[in-house]
Amino acid sequence: MNTTIMLFLVQDGITNGAIYALLGLALVLVFAVTRVILIPQGEFVTYGALTYASLAAGQMPGTAKLALALGIGAFAFDLFVARKALHARLIVRSFVTNIVLPGIVLALTVYFASEKPPVAICIALSLVIVAMIGVYLYRIAFQPLAHTSVLVLLIASVGVHLALQGLGLLFFGAEGQRGPAVLSGAFTAGTLRFTGQSITVYAITIAFIVGLWLFFGLTLYGKALRATAVNRLGARLAGIRTTLSGQIAFLLASVIGALSGIMIVPITTLYYDSGFLIGLKGFVAAIIGGLVSYPLTAVAALVVGIVEAFSSFYASNYKEVIVFMLLIPVLLLRSLAAPAVEEEKD
Amino acid sequence: MQSRLPILIFAALMAAIPFVPGMPPFWIVLLDNIGLAALVAMGLVLLTGVGGLTSFGQAAFVGFGAYTTAVLSTAYGLSPWLTLPLSLLVSGSLAVLLGLITVRLSGHYLPLGTLAWGLGLFYLFSKLEFLGRNDGISAIPPLSIGTFKMLSPGSIYYAIWVAVILSALLTMNLLDSRTGRAIRALRRGHVAAEAFGVHTPRAKLLVFIHAAVLAGLSGWLYAHLQRAVNPTPFGAQAGIEYLFIAVVGGAGYVWGGVLGAAIVVVLKEVLQSYLPLILPGSGQVETIVFGLMLVALLQLAPGGLWPWLMSFLPERTGGGKPDTSLELESRTRSPVQSGVLLQVEKARKQFGGVVAVNNVSFDVQAREIVALIGPNGAGKSTTFNLITGVLSATSGSVSVLGRKVDKAPPQEIVKLGISRTFQHVKLVPDMTVLENVAIGAHLRGHSGPIASMLRLDRTDEAKLLAEAARQIERVGLTEQMHQLAGSLSLGQQRIVEIARALCVDPMLLLLDEPAAGLRHMEKQRLAALLRDLRDGGMSVLLVEHDMGFVMNLADRIVVLDFGTKIAEGTPATIKTNPEVIKAYLGVAA
Repeated sequence: MNTTIMLFLVQDGITNGAIYALLGLALVLVFAVTRVILIPQGEFVTYGALTYASLAAGQMPGTAKLALALGIGAFAFDLFVARKALHARLIVRSFVTNIVLPGIVLALTVYFASEKPPVAICIALSLVIVAMIGVYLYRIAFQPLAHTSVLVLLIASVGVHLALQGLGLLFFGAEGQRGPAVLSGAFTAGTLRFTGQSITVYAITIAFIVGLWLFFGLTLYGKALRATAVNRLGARLAGIRTTLSGQIAFLLASVIGALSGIMIVPITTLYYDSGFLIGLKGFVAAIIGGLVSYPLTAVAALVVGIVEAFSSFYASNYKEVIVFMLLIPVLLLRSLAAPAVEEEKD
Repeated sequence: MQSRLPILIFAALMAAIPFVPGMPPFWIVLLDNIGLAALVAMGLVLLTGVGGLTSFGQAAFVGFGAYTTAVLSTAYGLSPWLTLPLSLLVSGSLAVLLGLITVRLSGHYLPLGTLAWGLGLFYLFSKLEFLGRNDGISAIPPLSIGTFKMLSPGSIYYAIWVAVILSALLTMNLLDSRTGRAIRALRRGHVAAEAFGVHTPRAKLLVFIHAAVLAGLSGWLYAHLQRAVNPTPFGAQAGIEYLFIAVVGGAGYVWGGVLGAAIVVVLKEVLQSYLPLILPGSGQVETIVFGLMLVALLQLAPGGLWPWLMSFLPERTGGGKPDTSLELESRTRSPVQSGVLLQVEKARKQFGGVVAVNNVSFDVQAREIVALIGPNGAGKSTTFNLITGVLSATSGSVSVLGRKVDKAPPQEIVKLGISRTFQHVKLVPDMTVLENVAIGAHLRGHSGPIASMLRLDRTDEAKLLAEAARQIERVGLTEQMHQLAGSLSLGQQRIVEIARALCVDPMLLLLDEPAAGLRHMEKQRLAALLRDLRDGGMSVLLVEHDMGFVMNLADRIVVLDFGTKIAEGTPATIKTNPEVIKAYLGVAA
């Protein structure tokens, strides 16, 4: 093998790995705060990507309507939970965040979709739409189950994944889509060619990792989220609204997912069901990182990306087998090193 | 012991269904599919609901079973009946391999790990040449008895449901046995089970294999029902679907698996055939509705539908009292009349920079009650954990009857005749008091899992339960014998723990705050019981905060403060020891 191919594969691997890193981070974040293993993370990716691609192609994405529908659902849940102590402020606040906001976004989407808006507006709209879907989903599907076991949350997560995937087919059709590059242009360094798109991917990944690190290390909300992750009841007793923590976690996860989608859709064609596999590779990275460590997850994601790039070159048939089997030695090492700690379950 | 009658009725009902006149053949196909899914879900009930090990990888084991028979019966022309044991063997032995890696993972690594190898195996199925890649293998011969070929869904129906009902019976037998109690204790963490000699990794591996073999059986039947296999039904989606079948039905209940399979298979079918009539033209509406219904169902009944349905039936009063005339052999051991039973020498335990136990030495003699006291955080429970092998000492040694046991695991310590209770009660709340106490006698039974499934363990089992019942009577909880342990008051649960520890037939009993949460009269009864045990030749080492209780009961007292021993002596000398008073009350300024 010559160095050009090798460098090329490494570069390709790092680009994909950066995406997996972002997804892995989001999974770790959501699991730590809410104990939900977020299978629908992949749908956030495809929704973000395909909403962006549809808007750029001058089509109206169905996700904007979904956001409003979910918002109405979330509003109904809010009212139902507070039915014994309804007061005007609560109703107005819930109405504004759950119905007025997605309503405005829907109107904007309808307005812009007809006239092929610039890339920046497409990105902004896609991000807001998917972010709202993420937050409302938490309100409707997961918040009522917050007290149950990890297993029940996991199955609910599967249910949400199925529903979202079905809706994805409804909104975007079975055809794959590709979006315009976020940043066009390219430059060459030695034998390697760097596109504006791949530079964007690196920059955003690094920005997010640093941003999350700062958020959790320095801000009060970040610390509240960490407290919720360690002990839900304790956090509540200390005055932290754990439902808010959950919403923030889902907000971050859906934004990260949508952003990842927007970054890859100019590079690869995405289908309505592509997200599942992409999300799972983020999982692989997250597991290697132990579902707790952000830097380790990021490094692991790069390894996953590079292994994937090399195996698709040398043994493309066994690409997925190799990527997922990569976990086995890691799990072995972890189980050998695992301390015999007692866990209180249920 | 569950009654067999409902199962017989169910079996008769299932046998009669194909004879109902006008039964649409399509319903039989559905029932076939329900049976196949129920087999896998049943394995998951044991693995996930009972054992607490969540697996997404079961579809891969179905694949092993299906592909084994597909390859052997097409390429090598083996009879399907010959490939049945081979299919089960392949699933079972691959479960050993994957299980060795997987079951030691804790918490959420486990489900994610199974998801990963489940996916990897799926891609392997679809890429391997000899498995026919994505096209799979077709023209698999049907099952046949003599010249009768099971070609139609109606004829293989009986093979499938015989397999389901037999598997359910065997699984229920397994759960209602010595091994079953060990499995049911897994979900509550491993420390308590190991303290009574349960080898938890082995128990986990056992349920893993059991679930895999059931999945393999389902795969074998599937291959001969469809007479073709391809990778699609063995992927991650299928693995996830099996898991939610188990959860929807009620993950803790064998029949929950069957119910869940029925609900999910029928629901999918109904949605697929009727939704397009209501909402025409849309591709995947059934998946959307299916996902939504799943979430809604979980919010309404997070425990699954089986327990929800069962709650409508009148509550059954508990079973009869076991025949306590059956004697369980005592453990073989050298009788100890006098001398040192337990010797702790300069034991030290550090957690990072914290010294929890600082070079503590003391001993326990035969026929003696020794109390370990000290303010909170003095290192009493850590000392207990060092003695029982839950933690290993940083330095120093622990010996029993002169033999060093520092590095011995808890399962070995209990074999020496040392049993314990826990400061934070570790009972299995959804098991009866009798079953919980019987875990204490785990090492005194001999029946293995196969014997339990086939009910060859009944004499052994009756003796274990008799011993458990005797110990429950001894501690005065006969009335509560058939109640669920979780429904008792905390004080009573502590007493249940003592009965469980007594089931070991110990020479030394370690009690961690046994009197906490007891009323005055109960404390007096406990003290009388402990004196009785001592007079019968047992020694007791106890941690306790109730000074009145300790001073009246103990022969000797060891006082710890911040991990260090500050005094040792008879109750009378301890009461007046200035160091002890200082540790407990502080020093006057």
